[in-house]
Amino acid sequence: MKTGDAKPFLMLGLGGEIFAIDAECVREILDPVPVTDVPGARDFVHGLINVRGKVAPLVDFRLRFGMEAAPATPDTRFIVLEVKLGQDTTFAGVIAEKVHEVAELSFSSLGPAPKIGMRWRPEFVKAIGQWRDGFVVVPNIDAILN
Amino acid sequence: MNDPAEIFRVEAFDLLDQLEQALLDLEKNPSDQDVVNSAFRALHTLKGSGAMFGFEAVSAFVHNFETAFDHVRKGKAQLSQELLSLALLAKDHIRALVETPEGADAEIGQRLLAGLEAASEIGGPDAGATSAGVAAQGEDDGPVTWRLRFRFGESVLINGGNPLLLIDELRTLGECEVRALTDDVPTLDALDPRACRIEWEATLTTSKPRSEIEDVFIFVMDEMTLAIERVGETVETPAPESAIKLPVVTAKPVQEEQKPLDDRRNFGRRATDNESTMRVQAERVDELMDRVGELVIAQARLSQLAQSAGDLEIKAVAEEIERLASGLRDITTGIRMLPIGSLFSRFRRLVYDLARDLNKSVELTTSGEDTELDKSMIERLADPLVHLIRNALDHGLEEPSARLEAGKEVTGQLSLSASHSGAEVLISIRDDGRGLDAKRLYAKAVAQGLIGGNEALTDADIHQLIFHPGFSTAESVTKLSGRGVGMDVVKRTIEAMRGTIDVASEPGKGCELILRLPLTLAIIEGLLVRVGAGFYVIPLSAIEECVELSQAARDTGSKGRSFLNIRGDLVPFLVLRDLFETKTPPDAHQKIVIVSSNEQRVGLVVDQIIGSHQTVIKSLSKLHADVTSFSGATILGDGAVALILDIPRLVDLGQSHEKGAKAKEKELAW
Repeated sequence: MKTGDAKPFLMLGLGGEIFAIDAECVREILDPVPVTDVPGARDFVHGLINVRGKVAPLVDFRLRFGMEAAPATPDTRFIVLEVKLGQDTTFAGVIAEKVHEVAELSFSSLGPAPKIGMRWRPEFVKAIGQWRDGFVVVPNIDAILN
Repeated sequence: MNDPAEIFRVEAFDLLDQLEQALLDLEKNPSDQDVVNSAFRALHTLKGSGAMFGFEAVSAFVHNFETAFDHVRKGKAQLSQELLSLALLAKDHIRALVETPEGADAEIGQRLLAGLEAASEIGGPDAGATSAGVAAQGEDDGPVTWRLRFRFGESVLINGGNPLLLIDELRTLGECEVRALTDDVPTLDALDPRACRIEWEATLTTSKPRSEIEDVFIFVMDEMTLAIERVGETVETPAPESAIKLPVVTAKPVQEEQKPLDDRRNFGRRATDNESTMRVQAERVDELMDRVGELVIAQARLSQLAQSAGDLEIKAVAEEIERLASGLRDITTGIRMLPIGSLFSRFRRLVYDLARDLNKSVELTTSGEDTELDKSMIERLADPLVHLIRNALDHGLEEPSARLEAGKEVTGQLSLSASHSGAEVLISIRDDGRGLDAKRLYAKAVAQGLIGGNEALTDADIHQLIFHPGFSTAESVTKLSGRGVGMDVVKRTIEAMRGTIDVASEPGKGCELILRLPLTLAIIEGLLVRVGAGFYVIPLSAIEECVELSQAARDTGSKGRSFLNIRGDLVPFLVLRDLFETKTPPDAHQKIVIVSSNEQRVGLVVDQIIGSHQTVIKSLSKLHADVTSFSGATILGDGAVALILDIPRLVDLGQSHEKGAKAKEKELAW
């Protein structure tokens, strides 16, 4: 099953789309925990959560992709990612409306984001891949956060 | 940390520090043989381990450095100031070589070595005999027979040394016969196998010079007695009463079995390090601190549950865990504490270099090196202190001629000291220079438009002007200071650590800057408050008092004037729920927490005051770098995150509102 150029990705649902996140940088998946509001912060990082004694920012990709921030459902999860911010590596939580599964995507199935006809800011999309019968978005997490 | 090159680097930096300290000691006391030996040992170890870890460039450079320095050790060359400053530069070059073996400039290395060699030969008795470079050994005139008699310190085995290895090394020099003198070894019932009571006598025929024989013992030299005589010279050794041939039958050194890695490097380390310490990565300690913080939070929840459950046995366990957790927290905080001496010793070199550049003679004295401070604070203190020391040397201390005129010693005094005072650490930088000239500062501040010309300021107020951004009294900009940037940065850095700076100065007598810092950055005592649905922590040290927001004050507030009347003083206040855009309706009885920073006060209006809270500070990530009202976050007993208010920022904000309001009032009056 495992081919040389494939990599595992975590598939998560957000605003009707499926985002694929490199499983290597996923630390854990949490049930929603209380979120502390940070007055004055940019809207897509408006919260802080407690991840095992560490304070991590909670990132809402939806607000970076022009989607509606829907209220939490029983399927909502927080994905804890290890991300690089400038020089530092830190933890950040990402809201997922639904976590599907970890699946392998081969590099050959990944294509660059189309230049036109896309609703999103192109720098936020690293690649578009194919999974099951649809398309998945591989977000450029560095660009989204910085 | 498993990368051998990294291990070498860490060790090399330690050795280089040791070398630098020794060189600086020698500046004051050039004839101190112990210090010369200490410098030499550092070089020697560096050479050995450099070669071992594949840092050939380091090893080769150090070898030549060592050769030059060896002349000093043997008394062949005078330790001139020139040689010392070259040696310090060479030490910097080694550091560069260790950091990036390829990146360092080989030409600089060559120049330094040539300089070192020249300097170490000046005035040397056999200056002509020592030729350049590696083979500069001299004294090479065929095999000579030496008679050696040596005895190690009794604790040599306990310290991890192995005499047999040293004897083996001695044998590599040439034909060698060793006899053990066991007169001093007690009978079996009194024998302590860990104490080395054996003396050795050896006859060695070698073409190597005497110095090489001495080098065998270099790491234990301090604790041993060694007599080396050339056979044929007058010999006055008492004849050994009993002698047996090697291999010596002794109890096998206990230490040796436990420490198979015993080698000369360890030996050197043990000889200098009396306290048993271990090196741990800072990250691991930070992680430990995080885990302990988590444990304390979990334990608080457990205590709460046990209290409500009413089960006595569970209560007892909860109390036990509470006790253990708080002990663990204290110990972990203690691990992060480092003596400030490590920082002070760095400044010796700085003062040495600056004094040379400025042509001033300066004596640096330090005290209170044992004062402990959180590790992260020590790192953050380095830059501000460098700046203050530069200022003291450049602006504070006068030129030698001016000092003479003022009737002072030519050598200026700069003292660095640290001490504990309650829950604070005081760090003082004092010089006996010209001091701050309040009149001049005042005039300059008026000229630069920082203050009006008719304000009555106390000396203390005027002294604080030096921390104003852009303020500088230096007539000319020097390489070191006078650009008027820096002191404000110093002040900001210290304030970011929740510290303050006091200035005490007497014109003509000198100036003293006192930094007051909290013991640790990791935990503070805070007041937990609620604004709308959010919980916030206010550092207790910033709080002056808490009062009720009276109906009257709120009414005037709605008219655009938000001042409180606190016993006659007008204090501006900020309504946090407006600032934070809280949407829930306000509580009926709002409270005001009066906080102060820089002797300016601001009231913060909150919905509820909950109580004091031991606050483990967690910094915010870069994603929140644009958020100005908070200095960090913490985790509450129920696991939720609360934000810590950044009081200096909020006070500034409140004060600027006040100014804005005053301006508006003026406009309205027109």
